[in-house]
Amino acid sequence: MSTQAARKPRVRAPGPGVPLALLLPALLGLAFLLVPLLALLLRAPWRSLPEQLTSPEVWEALRLSLLCATTATALSLVVGVPLAWLLARTDFPGRGLVRALVTLPLVLPPVVGGVALLLALGRNGVVGQWLDAWFGITLPFTTAGVVLAETFVAMPFLVISVEGTLRAADPRYEEAAATLGASRFTAFRRVTLPLVAPGIAAGAVLAWARALGEFGATITFAGNFPGRTQTMPLAVYLALQNDPAAAIALSLVLLAVSVAVLAGLRDRWMRAV
Amino acid sequence: MTRSAQWTRRSHRIGALGAGAVLALGACSASGSDSVSGTGGEGVSGTVTVFAAASLKESFTELGERLEKEHPGTRVTFNFSGSDALAAGIANGAPADVFAAASTKTMKLVTDHGLTEGSPSTFARNRLEIATAPGNPHGIDSLRDLTAPGLKVVLCDTTVPCGAAARSALTAGGVELSPASYEQDVKSALTKVRLKEADAAVVYRTDVRAAGDKVEGVEFSESAEAVNDYPIARLDDAPNPEAAKAFVKLVTSPEGREVLGAAGFLAP
Repeated sequence: MSTQAARKPRVRAPGPGVPLALLLPALLGLAFLLVPLLALLLRAPWRSLPEQLTSPEVWEALRLSLLCATTATALSLVVGVPLAWLLARTDFPGRGLVRALVTLPLVLPPVVGGVALLLALGRNGVVGQWLDAWFGITLPFTTAGVVLAETFVAMPFLVISVEGTLRAADPRYEEAAATLGASRFTAFRRVTLPLVAPGIAAGAVLAWARALGEFGATITFAGNFPGRTQTMPLAVYLALQNDPAAAIALSLVLLAVSVAVLAGLRDRWMRAV
Repeated sequence: MTRSAQWTRRSHRIGALGAGAVLALGACSASGSDSVSGTGGEGVSGTVTVFAAASLKESFTELGERLEKEHPGTRVTFNFSGSDALAAGIANGAPADVFAAASTKTMKLVTDHGLTEGSPSTFARNRLEIATAPGNPHGIDSLRDLTAPGLKVVLCDTTVPCGAAARSALTAGGVELSPASYEQDVKSALTKVRLKEADAAVVYRTDVRAAGDKVEGVEFSESAEAVNDYPIARLDDAPNPEAAKAFVKLVTSPEGREVLGAAGFLAP
């Protein structure tokens, strides 16, 4: 995805030469993506909307969603960028396998991820039982649990994106820095990082968006408690059961926030991509 | 939405597959000697789709197998989920023949839309129990014991019948409880206890029984204040009304009652 950043393909203006065999499926695809969102707007309970949106539960869920998605993105950056560097710049046996494993959460159903997290980090889990015994830390049913569930699902997006950018970036700059006496870490910090910053930003946005919408792993691993682990997607799902109007209102908020953030970031960071 | 929609779609597809298989079978037998229709009682055949509360999983699966044995050529497919999710699915046009809910309130969501054939009948009742780890390591003896500090308790979400029932039992007992989580259906609440992530959950007694020796059930007096009625109804635009009728008849028959009773349900 981010190899485009390096190659900068020339964009041709769509003219009369667009073949129908491409145009029709393209328009169908576009409609397929847009009609459900349009339906959400058409069926929205506009009249009761102000009342729905001023309820404290909505803001609590939104605050929690933003907090957890942002923390999960930060966590992904701290460990994901070095992981991407390791995959792109070093050669070690089994690197292909590690790379495949990193992308596994991309294809894994999130609920399966949640179950796996429970078995690993749950109070009775493989690692979790020691966390509980030694530090008294239990992660399920906590906000930290939400952050971990979201990180698990979102980090691969960041790693793949950053790794792609690193592969496309010219390693000779780093080599030049090394010949001038910079250590490998200094070269990474002073040369590589600024070079791939746009790719990191794009990956972070992807990861953040994925974390914001995360449902399956969250409800499985962290449960559902308003103000503690009930993020917007969980609130939408549960509201849909007995109050569809409230569910639509919540969905609109999530939609507006996602659009606003993606649009805002596009101008500031992603222009370079 | 995503989950129920997915399940609905899947059961729909399975239904279509089943119907195709049955058609093929029918063609085979018709080419044989006499027509078989009529031998199996009022022309019951084909696929019947039953939307049922998650707590009915074990007993309805058993009853479905019995119906299939009784009427060869019939296939019973189930969609087990939270009653409210199922009701929402049916109200939004999910193709089902029979709906069995864990509360009259969730059934009302469907009858209010005028989607049932006739009025629903109550076929079973269910009581709540506290599920704990085997051996009841925290010595939980009553609903009030759940408020002990440091104890992790999960309840069903109040939008789901088991959560609503738990809420009335807590109110009846005057117990203030802050759970670790409000789970989306009774089976996920129970799973948290089975995985030892929660110390206790308020679930149905039938779920405790279905879990076998993986959990231990604790009865509590306030559960008498929160007994759930289970209504069943045929749906108005059932694709297979004859088989739907046969399934409802089986569930409400003495035989059905016996199966439900063995699973821990109370007679209506």
